[in-house]
Amino acid sequence: MSLLQQLPALQVAVPLIGAPLCALMGRPRLAWMFAVVVAWITFAISVALLEHVLDAGPIHYTMGGWPEILGIAYVIDPLNALVLVLVSGMAAIIMPATRIGINVEVVHRARHLFHTMALLALAGMLGIAITGDIFNLYVFLEISSLASYALVAMGIDRRATRAAFHYLVQGTIGATFILVGIGLAYMMTGTLNMADMAARLPGVSHTAPVQAALAFVLIGTAIKAAIFPAHSWMPNAYTYAPSLVSAFFGATATKIGAYMLLRLVYSVFGADYAFGEMKIGWVLVPLGLAGAVAGSIVAVWQHDLRRMLAYSSVAQVGYIAAAIGFANHDGLIAAIVHVFNHGLMKGALFLVMACVIMRLGKADMESFRGLGRRMPLTMGCFVVAGLSMIGVPATVGFISKWYLVSSALDAGLWPLALVIVGASLIAVIYIWRVVDVAYFTDPPPGARDEAPAMLVIPAVVLCALCIVLGVTTDLTVGVANTAARLLGGAP
Amino acid sequence: MTGQVLLYALVVPLVTAAGVLATHRWPNVREAVSLAGGTILFIILAFIAGNSDTIPELVIAEPVAGLALKFAIEPLGVAFALMASGLWVVTTIYSIGYMRGHHESHQTRFFAFFAIAIASATGVALAGNLFTLFVFYEALTLSTFPLVSHAGTALARRAGRTYLGILMGTSIGLFLVAIIVTWQVAGTLDFVPGGILEGRVSDLTAGILLALYVFGIGKAALMPFHRWLPAAMAAPTPVSALLHAVAVVKAGVFTILKISWFTFGFDMLQGLHVLEILQWIAAFTIVAASLVAMTRDNLKARLAYSTVSQLSYIVLAALLAGEAGFVAGGLHMVTHAFGKITLFFCAGAILIATMKTRVSELDGLGRSMPLTMTAFTIASLSIIGLPPLGGLWSKWLLFESALAAGQVLFLAVLAISTLLNIGYLLAIPLRAFLKPARQGEVATWHEAPVTCLAAMAITSLGCLALFFFPDAITMWLDRVFFMAEGR
Repeated sequence: MSLLQQLPALQVAVPLIGAPLCALMGRPRLAWMFAVVVAWITFAISVALLEHVLDAGPIHYTMGGWPEILGIAYVIDPLNALVLVLVSGMAAIIMPATRIGINVEVVHRARHLFHTMALLALAGMLGIAITGDIFNLYVFLEISSLASYALVAMGIDRRATRAAFHYLVQGTIGATFILVGIGLAYMMTGTLNMADMAARLPGVSHTAPVQAALAFVLIGTAIKAAIFPAHSWMPNAYTYAPSLVSAFFGATATKIGAYMLLRLVYSVFGADYAFGEMKIGWVLVPLGLAGAVAGSIVAVWQHDLRRMLAYSSVAQVGYIAAAIGFANHDGLIAAIVHVFNHGLMKGALFLVMACVIMRLGKADMESFRGLGRRMPLTMGCFVVAGLSMIGVPATVGFISKWYLVSSALDAGLWPLALVIVGASLIAVIYIWRVVDVAYFTDPPPGARDEAPAMLVIPAVVLCALCIVLGVTTDLTVGVANTAARLLGGAP
Repeated sequence: MTGQVLLYALVVPLVTAAGVLATHRWPNVREAVSLAGGTILFIILAFIAGNSDTIPELVIAEPVAGLALKFAIEPLGVAFALMASGLWVVTTIYSIGYMRGHHESHQTRFFAFFAIAIASATGVALAGNLFTLFVFYEALTLSTFPLVSHAGTALARRAGRTYLGILMGTSIGLFLVAIIVTWQVAGTLDFVPGGILEGRVSDLTAGILLALYVFGIGKAALMPFHRWLPAAMAAPTPVSALLHAVAVVKAGVFTILKISWFTFGFDMLQGLHVLEILQWIAAFTIVAASLVAMTRDNLKARLAYSTVSQLSYIVLAALLAGEAGFVAGGLHMVTHAFGKITLFFCAGAILIATMKTRVSELDGLGRSMPLTMTAFTIASLSIIGLPPLGGLWSKWLLFESALAAGQVLFLAVLAISTLLNIGYLLAIPLRAFLKPARQGEVATWHEAPVTCLAAMAITSLGCLALFFFPDAITMWLDRVFFMAEGR
C-alpha cells in the first residue's frame, strides 16, 4: 500500500505519536519546533483528504485490513473532511505562536509538557472527527478531553485549576452520558460500526433503550458542545486557560461537540427518527435560541474580555444548535458553515486577547483603553473579527447568518428569524463597547507597542480568512452543500 | 466597453484613503491627494454617465449561490454617485480651510474615513442587486461612525453609539430581514424594472415587506428612527455637510426610491393597504420634524431636523408610487443636497469665525460675514422652494405628483411644511442682517477662510443653476423608465 492510501490513519497517528515524542524532548524550544512540524504535516494530510473526498467521494479505510464490521473503520465524507481541515488548520496556525505565548501564560512547571498535551488534544479531536466507529469515537473523546483539562489547568492564574476541575467534572458527565447512550444502542444492535448500527437501528427504533440512547447522546453532546444551559464549564475554562489554548479550543472544542451531534443524529440514528419521531428539533431550537439570546446579553456585561468571548461562544453554539434543529437543507448548511466560520472568528478574537495579554498582562476593559493607537494591528484584527461576529456582509459571519435565517424561514418560523437577527444586534453592543474604548478614549502614556509578530501574524491570517471566505464561499458553502446532500437533509 | 470601469469608481476613493494615510506627515500633499481622488472619481463617473448604454454589469464574486456581489448602472444611481462625488471635491476644498481653522485633531484619520465613506456611497449607487447595496450600505454606516465619534469627548462617543445603534439596529433588524424574505419568495435580488415581487407574494406579506424596507432603511430617517441624524451632528461640520446632508442620508432615500420601482414596482405598491399608512407617516415626519426644527436653537441641530423633514419629502415621493413622484423624488434628492450642504458650510464657517453655535447668538452677523450669510440666504430660499432657485422645481413636481395621485391632503402638508421652512430657516439670515449686534463682539468677528467661501460659492451657484436647468436631471431620470428589460 502506498503512503497516500494510509493518509486516514496518518491523520490521527502523526499527532498521536508526536505527543509522547514531544515529551521526550527535554528542551522546550525543540519540543515547540517538533510540534509545529507535526501540526503542519497533519494540516497537509487533512487538506489532501478533503481534496480527495471532493474529487472521488467518501473514503472508507479499515484499520489493519480488518473487515469494517469487526475492526475499526475510518470514514471520511465532506462533513468530517471539513472539520478535519478546521481543527488541524487552527492547530497549524496557532502552534507557531505558542513559543512565546507559553512564557507568559503557562505556569512554569508545566511548560515542558504543554506541546505534548496540545498534540494529544489535537489527535483526540481529529480522531473523533475521522472515525466511523462509535466506540472509537468515545475513546478519542476521552483522549482529547483529558488533554484539554490539563491544558486549561496550565493557566498562570490560580483560578485556572478550579476552572479545569469544573471543566473535568462536567466534561466527564458529558462523556459518560455519551458512553451510556452508545452502550444502550450497542445492546440493541450488537454492533459498534456507525454505518452498520444505522442499518440495524430502524428495526428496533421503537424500543425504550434506543429512545433512551438518543436522549443520552443528545445530552452528552450538548454538554460537550456547551449548548445552553449545559454551558457552565466554558466561561471559566476559556477565561483562565492560557489565551492560546482558549483560541484553539474556542475554535475547535465546541465545534467537535456540534460535529458529534450532527454525525450521531444524521449518520447513526437517522434524521427521520431523530427529528420526525423523537422531535429533537423541539429541544434544539428553543435551547439554541435561548442560548443565543442569553449568551449575547450576558456577554454585554462582562468586564474581562475573554469571559465576554466565552459567553459569545455560548451564543454562537446556540445558533449552530438551532440550525441543526431546524432540520432542513439550509439549516444543515448553516450549521456546518458556522462550525467552520465561527472557528475562524473566535480563534482570531482569542488570539487578539493573547496579544493584549502579552503586552499588558490582562485583558479587561480597562486595559483596552486607547489600544487602537498602542496596538493598531491587534485592534484592527479585533474590529474585523468583531464585524464578522456581528454578521456584517462581506465577512464569514454574514454567510452563516444568511443561511441560518433562510433556514428559519424555510421552516416557516419567521418569528425565530427575528430572534436570530435580534441576537446579532446584541453582538453589535458587546463588540462595539470594546471598539469605543479602544479608539475613542485617550491611551495611558506609552508609545506604540505592538505585540510580537509571532502572535499577531496568526491573528491577521485568520482575519484575512474571515473576509476572503466571506466573499468566496466555494470552500465553506460548497463543501457544506455536498455534505448536507450526502447526510440526507430533512426528514 | 467592459464593466471594469465600475470597479475603478470604487477603487479610486479607496486608493485615495490609502494615499491619505501614506502622506499623513505632509498635510498639503495629503489634501492634494484627497482633491485629486475626488476629481478623478468625478471624471470616471461622468464617463460612466456618458456611456451608460454600453457598460455591462460587473460581477465581482458570488458568496451565496445565485447571489452575486455585482454592479450595474441605472440613471438614478449614476445621478446619486455623480452628486456625491462632485460635492466631495467641493467639501474637500472646504475642509482644508475648516479643519485647519478649527485646529481639529486626527485629521489624517478624518480624511481617510471620509474617502472610504465616499467609496461606500459609490458602491450603494452602483449596486447591481439588493445584496450588494446592503453590503455597501453597512460599510457606509461603519465608515462614518469614526467621523461622528471623531472628537472623542463623552458627548461625541455617546452620539456615536446612538448613531451606530439605530443605523445598525434598523439595517440588520429590519432591512436585512426584508432582503432575506424577498430572496426567499422571489428567488432573486436583482433590480428589475417593474419589480420582482409581482405575483409572488400575498398582499399581506408584501405590505409587511414594504414596512420593513421603509423603516429598515434607517438612513432615510423616517420617524421614529430619525434620532441618529441629530446625534450625527457631533461630527465636524464638513462631515455633517457632505455625509449627513448628502451621501449618507441620500443613500437612504435613494435606496427607498430604488426599491419602490426595481423591487416592488408601482403597480404592486398601489395595491397595498399599508402604502397609505406609510405615506401618512412620511407626511407626519415632514411636519413634526419641521416643528422640532423651530424649537432648536443650536444651528446644526436645527439643520439636522430640517434634513429629517426634507428626507421624508423624498420618501413620500417614492411612496406616491408613480413615475412623476419618482422623478420628483430624484430631483429633490439633488436640489436638497445643494441647498443643505451650503447651509452646513455656512454653519461651519460661522463656527470657526465666531465660535458661535446658537441661532440666538447670530444677531448682526450679516455685517461681519456678508458673503457667508448671503450664501445662507440663497440656500434657505432654495430649500423653501422659491425662485430663482432649484428647490422650486422639485417642490413643484412633488405638488404635481401628489395632485396627480389624488392626494389633496398631502398638498396641505407640503404647504404647511413650506411655511414652517420659512419660519425656521429664513429667520436666521433675517436676524443676522437686520438685528444689531451685541456690544463688543463684532470686533473679533471676521469672514470665513477663503477656501470655505469658495466652496459655498460653488454650491450656491449650483442652487441657482438648478433653477435654469432642471430638465437636465428630470430627463436623465426619466430614462429609468425607458431602460430595456433586464438591463
